[in-house]
Formats: sequence, C-alpha cells, structure tokens
Amino acid sequence: MPVRIMVGEDVVSAYLSGEIDHHNAKELRTQIDCAVERELPRLLRLDFGGVEFMDSSGIGLILGRFRLIQDLQGRLELCSLPNHIAKVVHLAGIDHLLTQNDPKEDDQNV
Amino acid sequence: MFENQMSLSFPSRSVNEGLARTAVAAFVAQLDPTVEELCDIKTALSEAVTNAVVHGYQNSIGTVYIQAKRKGDKVILRVRDKGCGIENIALAMEPLYTTCATGECAGLGFAVMQQLCDKVRVRSTPGKGTTVVLERRITSRGE
Repeated sequence: MPVRIMVGEDVVSAYLSGEIDHHNAKELRTQIDCAVERELPRLLRLDFGGVEFMDSSGIGLILGRFRLIQDLQGRLELCSLPNHIAKVVHLAGIDHLLTQNDPKEDDQNV
Repeated sequence: MFENQMSLSFPSRSVNEGLARTAVAAFVAQLDPTVEELCDIKTALSEAVTNAVVHGYQNSIGTVYIQAKRKGDKVILRVRDKGCGIENIALAMEPLYTTCATGECAGLGFAVMQQLCDKVRVRSTPGKGTTVVLERRITSRGE
C-alpha cells in the first residue's frame, strides 16, 4: 500500500510511503481523492514521513490536491517532510503550503 | 579515478521509471556520493525519463535509452527517446510550462533538472526524438 488513509473529525490524513513518481502518482491520487470526496473534510493532511523518493510528479500531486480541497473550502497541510522531499517542494516554490501549516505550531496550540 | 560507463534500454512503460532510477543510482554509488548528491541525480534522471515516457512517446510504447558515464569527478547521463521530439525547446524548458491538460503535471521537469545538475543540454528533432544530457559533479567524500 503506497498510502494509508486515516479519517478523523473534519480531517483526512494520507500517510504516503515509498516512491512518488509519475508511475505511482496516479494510484495515490485516486485513493486520496476518493477519501476526500467521500468525507468532505476541512483539512487534508499529506504526511510524507515514509516517502523515500519524490520528483516533480509529487508536486503535481500536491497541487492537484490543493485545488481539490480549495474547491471544497478546506485547507491542505503537508507534514513530516524528509530533507530530500522538502528540497523538491522548495525548488517548486510552494513552501508557503508548509510554513502556514507547521504541525509543531498546531501541537503547541492544542 | 577510473572511468566507467553503462547503457540501459527499456520500453517506455511508466513502471520502468523506478528501474531506471535504481540502475543509475547503483552506477553513481561507485563514486561514493553524498546522500544528497545521489538523491539529486536520481530526481533529475527521473524527470528526464518521465518526459521521455509521457511526452516523447505519449500514448505509444517506444524504447528509452540511458547511457551513464563517469568521467573524472563527473557523472554524465544521457537520456534518449525516438519519440515525437520538441518543437520549441526554450518554451518546453520554461518553469510551469506544460502541454498536459489534466492539471496533474506541474510543468517543472526541466526546471528541477536544471537546479539539481551542473549542466543540462537538450537536443531534439520534431518527429525523430529527444536527447537530454545531464551533468553533475560529485564531491567524493573519501578523498
């Protein structure tokens, strides 16, 4: 399983793992969108803790989910990014999706 | 430092994108790269191979050719397809430019290659195919 989906109150969390490339992105997209369209959450959290590799196909995956959740008036959060994934996100210039939603800050507010 | 090279060819099925990364990573590992250098090279290669699969051959299956060379402290990767070719290379290399209509392509393939490699060269003839050459210096840790 390249993605494990957990559903909470108003939250869908997708725990991604393995390699995110053009080949695997399709299946990840289908599974995440299926859960989001069913649950209509306020927050979609993509967790990259288990991801070993990601190229710009992963950026396409993130931006596609960003658009989907925005259409539903929800927000997207990226968390647990290993260094090499954070680098690709930085190269793509979409760091703002991260800085707005630092999970550590959320923990402190709870 | 001795020179070495390898060649790999495979059908342009997306499942082979991972195969290409793994084979090239094993080749590059001989130069004792840092984790970051290895990651960068795998990512840049993945972009080039994905372009060949998705854009070069589009809906058909052709052969993707990879040649990896080690020359001094440099790794040179050549990714070639005999697909549709690129009409306007400068436009294709512009960040965020994409011909994909699904909204799932970021249009960042070449931008990522350029940021992760020291040199990126593209040669293409419409109707004949495309060759992308990636060059990256390795700062060997053991020396």
